[in-house]
Amino acid sequence: MNNTHIQVNNLNAYYGKQHALKDINIEIPKNQITVIMGPSGCGKTTLLKTFNRFFELTEDVKLTGEVLVDGENIYDPAVDVTEVRKVVGLLAQRPSPLPMSIYDNVVYGMRIHQMKKERAEYKKSVRHYLEIAGLWEEVQKRMHDPATSLSIGQQQRLCLARGLAVEPEIILGDEPTSALDPISSQNIESRLIELKKDYTIVIVTHTLRQAKRLADHVIYMYLGEVAEAGPAHDVFNNPKHERTKQYLEGLF
Amino acid sequence: MSEIELTQMKMEGRLSRPSTPSRARTNRAAQRTFFIITLVPVVLIIIVATALVVRAYPILNSYSFSELLFGDIWRPNDGQFGFRPFILGTLWVTTVGVLLAVPPCLLVSVYLAEYAHNRLRTIAKPILDVLAAIPPVVYGVWGLLSIVPFVDDVLAPLSERWLGSIPFLAVTQPTGFGILAGGIVLAVMIAPLIISVIFEVLSTVPNDLRHAALAVGATQWQTIRTIVLPQVLPGIVAAIVLGASRALGETIAVLMVVGNVPQIPTSVFDTAYPLPALIANNYGEMMSIPLYDAALLGAALVLLVVILIFNILSTLVLQRFLRRS
Repeated sequence: MNNTHIQVNNLNAYYGKQHALKDINIEIPKNQITVIMGPSGCGKTTLLKTFNRFFELTEDVKLTGEVLVDGENIYDPAVDVTEVRKVVGLLAQRPSPLPMSIYDNVVYGMRIHQMKKERAEYKKSVRHYLEIAGLWEEVQKRMHDPATSLSIGQQQRLCLARGLAVEPEIILGDEPTSALDPISSQNIESRLIELKKDYTIVIVTHTLRQAKRLADHVIYMYLGEVAEAGPAHDVFNNPKHERTKQYLEGLF
Repeated sequence: MSEIELTQMKMEGRLSRPSTPSRARTNRAAQRTFFIITLVPVVLIIIVATALVVRAYPILNSYSFSELLFGDIWRPNDGQFGFRPFILGTLWVTTVGVLLAVPPCLLVSVYLAEYAHNRLRTIAKPILDVLAAIPPVVYGVWGLLSIVPFVDDVLAPLSERWLGSIPFLAVTQPTGFGILAGGIVLAVMIAPLIISVIFEVLSTVPNDLRHAALAVGATQWQTIRTIVLPQVLPGIVAAIVLGASRALGETIAVLMVVGNVPQIPTSVFDTAYPLPALIANNYGEMMSIPLYDAALLGAALVLLVVILIFNILSTLVLQRFLRRS
């Protein structure tokens, strides 16, 4: 399948002795929104964290198997983890603006990777990514205010701009709207839908309605296993597994 | 008045009457006793400070502040009480100690807080606490047996050979006793305190911030340098000031290795005579000399005031940090 952006092969993950992900084999299609669903504790966030190697930030964890991004195993010892995270961006659950100005937040990753040479280029990029994130209009006159002075919803869009600024190909979202009010959530959702023409997007969510609004492709997890995966239309309308059916009917 | 309100009043009347009066009285008495005991430390500081002022009053009355603080000559028999050699001695030893302690302390605390595995942390922290629990006199003996000869045999020749032309590093006398030996001993003594305070301060930085930087591909060191350290800079300064205040007051360990010659130091190889050593060595002797007692307590007052200021400043900054977490 030429269209696959992330391919997971025989992935097992452990927190200490707890077997959190059990033999995961999935493919995540390019330029679509893939939604990972499932009851809490099923391993959906853990799976997401294996895609940008955030899983290993927790102590006493173990991982076997491979995660291929464009055919390259990101767990290969020769791979530079910072390059992985540059290609695979993350939008966290709670907005986490860095303790600096709005401008510096967006520029942060570009500076880390020394992506531009001149001030003017940075300035141009900041504007570009804030526009993509739908925040430019609101902040253009206060670029040097602290990022924490923004509302929570604006902060999350700022984090989106910060992530996009390092030119990733994949955007991960770990329940990226769960801390936001409905209008801000909607705003983020419409950004994601716009962005999928240029990026591959993987979202963890626990709200079924959001999954239905966003998903092109669905992964349904249960107790650390992938119970069902496939195009959204198929999974929502014609679930093959009993668990998925029950979940979709809101039985648990 | 409505019926409900009336019932409520009746209820209150019944509840406000203590069923067992002695029980309530005991409770009140306990509360008061604990309150008074809690006040003791506060009162103690006030009493100590007041007593020092009162006892030092004769010398404060006979000499001006500047004569005492900036006077170069200490000759109690002739009525000359210049604190300057002692004040400078204290500052030199403390400065050398802090300068030696800070770089390794920073590295250790950053390593423990940011890089180390939890298991290493649980081993290293108690060891640091034990280091802090070693009695100062033991550090003094260690200084005498190891550091003084080390300064004499290794550091002094090294400096003589390579660094002698640098003003503060000239070798000025043939023994290992002096500011450098005192500073090394102090550095080791204050290190556990500085490390554990910086560690605490680093732990107040929320993980979300670290993850935000890591998520765009920052290395761990970039994250520490650009996000974590700038956040806690005031806390690190406060930790260092707290360490300095501990060093300022350290008496016995310094006294054993610093040489105790009242002079204005010009090099780290000079001997010095810090304020705490002056007080500890002389209080209670030759008290027949007029104003001698008052002069020593005046020195104690100077020391107390400086240390209190250092402590209060660093505590204020640190409290702001620890409240935030």
